Amino acid sequence: MTTPILTLTIDGKEVSGLATETILQVARENGFSIPTLCWLEGLTSVGSCRLCMVELRGSTALHPACITLIQEGMTVTTSSERLLRYRRAIIELLFSERNHACAVCVVNGHCELQSLAQQLGLDHISFPGLYPALPVDASHSRFVMDHNRCILCTRCVRVCSEIEGAHTWDVKDRGIRSRIVADLDTPWGDSTTCTGCGKCVHVCPTGALFEKGKSVAEMFKKPPALPYLKATRAQEV
Amino acid sequence: MKKLRLATLWLDGCSGCHMSLLDADERLLELTAFFDIVYSPLVDVKQFPEKVDITCIEGPISSPEDERLLAEVRKRTRLLVAMGDCAVTGNIPAMRNIEGAPAMLQNIYTGQELLQPQVPGTDIPILNDKALPIHHFVPVDLFIPGCPPSADTLFTTLTALVKGETDQIPLPACFGA
Ligand code: SF4
Ligand code: SF4
Ligand code: SF4
Ligand code: FES
Repeated sequence: MTTPILTLTIDGKEVSGLATETILQVARENGFSIPTLCWLEGLTSVGSCRLCMVELRGSTALHPACITLIQEGMTVTTSSERLLRYRRAIIELLFSERNHACAVCVVNGHCELQSLAQQLGLDHISFPGLYPALPVDASHSRFVMDHNRCILCTRCVRVCSEIEGAHTWDVKDRGIRSRIVADLDTPWGDSTTCTGCGKCVHVCPTGALFEKGKSVAEMFKKPPALPYLKATRAQEV
Repeated sequence: MKKLRLATLWLDGCSGCHMSLLDADERLLELTAFFDIVYSPLVDVKQFPEKVDITCIEGPISSPEDERLLAEVRKRTRLLVAMGDCAVTGNIPAMRNIEGAPAMLQNIYTGQELLQPQVPGTDIPILNDKALPIHHFVPVDLFIPGCPPSADTLFTTLTALVKGETDQIPLPACFGA
């Protein structure tokens, strides 16, 4: 059976897509940009950061574009004053929840959180900072996990489990106490599952995961070609 | 045209933002056509004057003395500018907020093997437990992120302020870089 093609309207423009596609996919194919943080092409979408929220006609709620499938006749708005306000608030909350001193971060200038803030015109953070006391795990021989910069997007968790197949990372606790942990909460360096492939480091949008011995100017992320890796993996099986 | 009265204030910053301002080099001369600098670490005036048009503040609020000065400055200033990440977010000084000021001071002054380890305590303002951005204390009219904001950014901003364009200043600046 062939997948039906549906038509919808995005920001006033008539577009079409496959019934299996999300609003985010169809929007990007048609040149609309919707900001994302937790979403990464090639990984399962979890819809957790809520940055990709859009408005749908007939609904007062906002909908995450990365996990909402398109529907026939849908009318989507990808940017409005209200959406911008919420997106800014999300970024502000991420900044205030942990310790982000961009000036002394190893990915200063190559950070998705930092550049999204700039794109959204964020020039200050209106919420008070929480300044939590968070550890830095430098026990791995080549990489470091700095919880101060982590925004809990779980890209590392998914890439390690879905692409590398090691499933070293997980999330412990809930809400504001959530933390990324290696192997049932042991130091990363003691991990018996980590293969040292570095995929988690290079999909991490912030300075939470980085390579040892790299200076600020050098530590830019090189995300692996995930859809390609996935496709070749599927052929092997 | 009557010249605007400009002040710059150096709180708990590293002076990098002021250095960046100086980096505007000969363009500063252009600016002096529009501004009188009435208070600044760059000029020798001891008292913050009455009726200032624009005050650019570097650094966060880190002591009761900072708080007192900020309140006075706000009252006497028409347009208050948070200049640089420290004033805008707390930035480097706010890294101590995780543990608080006493723990930081102990760490720095007695944490290593020194000849005469002691925390300096006399004739200097007592540090607040947290270093906080200035908009946590008083309303701020304009934020210029960056550590430091580039000379271009500061020059563009001041030029725009001369023209009275306070709403639509194109700031290429972001936190950090
Ligand atoms: S380096 Fe590779 S195997 Fe190790 S935690 Fe990261 S993604 Fe998983
Ligand atoms: S370590 Fe990086 S990739 Fe993993 S959840 Fe935190 S921010 Fe996301
Ligand atoms: S923002 Fe940067 S340059 Fe300016 S005072 Fe703070 S640390 Fe120094
Ligand atoms: S990108 Fe859609 S919720 Fe994070």
